[in-house]
Amino acid sequence: MTRPADPAPVEAELARFSRPVRWVHGLTGVLMLVCIATAAVLYNGSLQVLVGHRPVVEQVHVWCGFALPVPLVAGLVSGSYRADLRRLDRFTPHDWRWLRSRSRRDGRIPVGKFNAGQKLNGALSAGAIAVLLLTGVVMYDTGLTSDAWRTGATLMHDWFSLAAGLLVVGHIGFALRDPIAMRSMRTGTVPRRWARAEHGAWADEVDRTASGRGGSPR
Amino acid sequence: MPADRPDPLGGAPVGRRIVLGLLGLGALGIVTGTALQDGVSNLLGPIETRDPTGLVGLFPAGDTFRYYSVTGSVEQQGARDYRLDISGLVQRPARHTLADLQAMPQTTLVRDFQCVTGWRVPDVPWVGVQLGYLLDLVGPTRGADAVRLTSFDGIYTESLTLEQARRPDVLVALRMLGAPVTHDHGGPVRLYVAPMYGYKSLKWLSGVELTRGVVPGYWEGSGYEIDGWVGASNGRTADDPTS
Repeated sequence: MTRPADPAPVEAELARFSRPVRWVHGLTGVLMLVCIATAAVLYNGSLQVLVGHRPVVEQVHVWCGFALPVPLVAGLVSGSYRADLRRLDRFTPHDWRWLRSRSRRDGRIPVGKFNAGQKLNGALSAGAIAVLLLTGVVMYDTGLTSDAWRTGATLMHDWFSLAAGLLVVGHIGFALRDPIAMRSMRTGTVPRRWARAEHGAWADEVDRTASGRGGSPR
Repeated sequence: MPADRPDPLGGAPVGRRIVLGLLGLGALGIVTGTALQDGVSNLLGPIETRDPTGLVGLFPAGDTFRYYSVTGSVEQQGARDYRLDISGLVQRPARHTLADLQAMPQTTLVRDFQCVTGWRVPDVPWVGVQLGYLLDLVGPTRGADAVRLTSFDGIYTESLTLEQARRPDVLVALRMLGAPVTHDHGGPVRLYVAPMYGYKSLKWLSGVELTRGVVPGYWEGSGYEIDGWVGASNGRTADDPTS
């Protein structure tokens, strides 16, 4: 007996990232990468020797840095973006267990729209960006504070940018390992199967909302 | 359905606490930074100077040179093609080769190198010809009261009053750190103005022009002071003088 050939798998897609969220992510990402590239030139002796043009590189770095929080703040006009921020902000007891667990990916600990690692990355990145902006302003406006504070700001800027750079490297590393997650930042949707495996509690929640509205889970 | 499903909006606002905590840490770092910087430098500085891999240099510390260049790539000049022109309001314009400069009386200084952005390299050995010696060779005319220094990178310029240029701790440096000045440090010949911030110590020195009145240099165009005394200019009063 042969089974009838499977129909072309038209898998149900769940809406994961709204358009405003994707735009905030994209713009922040581009600005962050430009900041990192220019920072590398300003900071690393060999790259500085290679590229030169220090004043130009510096201006690009400073203005991309000042622009970095703009999309993050402008996104707040969008309800879907605010909702995602709320989810990233809230840590449940499950999240702490997930962070401590060695088998966190086996699905036994319920994972919502964002797992605890993503929440942690979001908070650390936001905090680092805030510190980089604050210290950047102190460094840029030389008349703002005393010399000693500016030295402190420079040191903080250096170390926080190193930390932020590591977060970005980690973030890109995780993204490259999961093409579906990466694609969802472009298209906004994920296959239901992926949602079940990676963010089971969120998939349930979406289904419940759909059935609560009288729609049938497709 | 499992009973322990998390309420999507429940839980503690940990994210906000992390953000605020980091901001607090950053602000504390700004206020206590100078002491912290000294600590980090004391810790990493000695390791960095002895580190053959150069990896420690990737960490943010003080006490090492950082390379600044205001143009793209700068051509390499060596013993064969290097020339130093001394011109302007002088009685006898001169052109020196690297060998000429090496044959002149050499002065050795061991001084800190202090950048206006905060980093400082302690006890750098410098060897070179006093700029004042070169000025005596050409004989400035009566009207000359300043020197304009130019770089073979094509853009970088600096200036000093004649009185500053004649100080014994202003060198046309041929050696630093115990070796000929490398290309990246502004070699084969650079200026070293010991009592002033690093931007006054022009790299890739190729011309000395005597002028009437000080012509502001490259960095002065970005708001740095013409008289860049360490510890007494550019709003930096906490730096120890390097003269």
